[in-house]
Amino acid sequence: MGLLSKKDAQLITDPLTDNNPVTIQVLGICSALAITAELEASLVMAISVLFVLSIGNVVISLMRNIIPSKIRIIVQLIVVAALVIVVDLVLKAFAYELSKTLSVFVGLIITNCIIMGRFEAFALANGPWKAFLDGIGNSLGYGVILIIVGFFRELLGSGTLFGIPVLGDPIAKTGLYSIGYENNGFIIMPPMALIVLGIIIWIQRSRNEALIEEH
Amino acid sequence: MEKRTDKNSYTILFAIGMVLVVGSLLAFAAASLKPKIDENRRIEKQQNILYAMGVNNNEEGSVAFISTDVVADEFTKYIKKQIIIQGDKVTEDANAYLIDIKKEQTAAKTASYQRRLPLFIGEKDSKTFYIAPIRGKGLWDAIWAYVAMDKDMVVQGVFFDHTGETAGLGANINKRFFMDDFIGEHLLSNGVFKGIKVAKGNADPLNKDKTDHEIDAIAGATITGDGVSAMLRSELKLYVPYFKTLKTN
Repeated sequence: MGLLSKKDAQLITDPLTDNNPVTIQVLGICSALAITAELEASLVMAISVLFVLSIGNVVISLMRNIIPSKIRIIVQLIVVAALVIVVDLVLKAFAYELSKTLSVFVGLIITNCIIMGRFEAFALANGPWKAFLDGIGNSLGYGVILIIVGFFRELLGSGTLFGIPVLGDPIAKTGLYSIGYENNGFIIMPPMALIVLGIIIWIQRSRNEALIEEH
Repeated sequence: MEKRTDKNSYTILFAIGMVLVVGSLLAFAAASLKPKIDENRRIEKQQNILYAMGVNNNEEGSVAFISTDVVADEFTKYIKKQIIIQGDKVTEDANAYLIDIKKEQTAAKTASYQRRLPLFIGEKDSKTFYIAPIRGKGLWDAIWAYVAMDKDMVVQGVFFDHTGETAGLGANINKRFFMDDFIGEHLLSNGVFKGIKVAKGNADPLNKDKTDHEIDAIAGATITGDGVSAMLRSELKLYVPYFKTLKTN
């Protein structure tokens, strides 16, 4: 990457692999469980978090020298909540259709631990440009996991991807269903997302043993 | 050395300043955008009502409203009459669609208040549609619907929507595969109101039987589905007396 120094590039690539916010830091699990029943919802959530986290990180980073440490968590919460609400209002006024799609995610974005986690761990101690890159990197790392989980849950649970049937019609018994395949209704439930996530964590750690914590 | 930002006085001043700045920013944004948002909501209501009676740009599997620039004309073209039912009294009101169902439901909790029930009468291809706006509770927040019926209370079309049901599960009540199942379903059984139940373990997933008062539920969205059943039952029931008068006239 000629555009970024090696250190800056790491801010983006690290969260995608060995410092993934979901599988390594185990943050943002709540939303990863809640909205990954469909690929489309996963994608929308990933993009929303990308937007909120990168901008929020910059705002917090700019304010990092004036925020009193005793109330910094509250300040972070206010920044992210205000940001999300203003965006929501603007969308409602100028892109109403889009805001309808996103309204479900607003609450989940504000309470997403990755956002607070990155504000606290990174933006408060680094400059705006680095914080911006860190925001992009971590939300991409979060998004990748969301999309992987969403892919398997929608494929195995509903037999569709982005709402398009890929395995045939379960009611008319065409495609795979004609030989007795059935959708797994269980995988639609949130607990199964945890199992999919667990498998991803397992694969990741068995490929790179440095990630396994010592006890 | 104590940092300047660690002082109590600084912390308090910062908190006050932050509240003032953020508060006025949000208030300013909300107030200045409100007219535009209200207008969007009004247009959306018209689109929803027309959608329920089959005036839409649906393609296979998609939910598409008629575009916002033609909706006002189409609304006056298709919606012939808007009425407000209040007990036995039926009045015509061209702005009945602006009635806030939530406020009516709250007001109706006091016994002395007779709830106003709006009903929109539309005509398309010489068929008459009676469209009722209803509102209920989902899992997390409000759900609502516009139900188009014929004079025998057989559903001709519905539009469901929600504030914040779980994405991918309960949020799917506004998808075609769920809404289209309601078309043709009977709300009355031999003249007695039975409603339509969003049923798990439905024996009729292909939805061939239109008089079983059941719709196939969405897996993983039990509470939202129960909310839909409850809303249809309690709200549409209120319209039964009016439909009875249609029969006798």
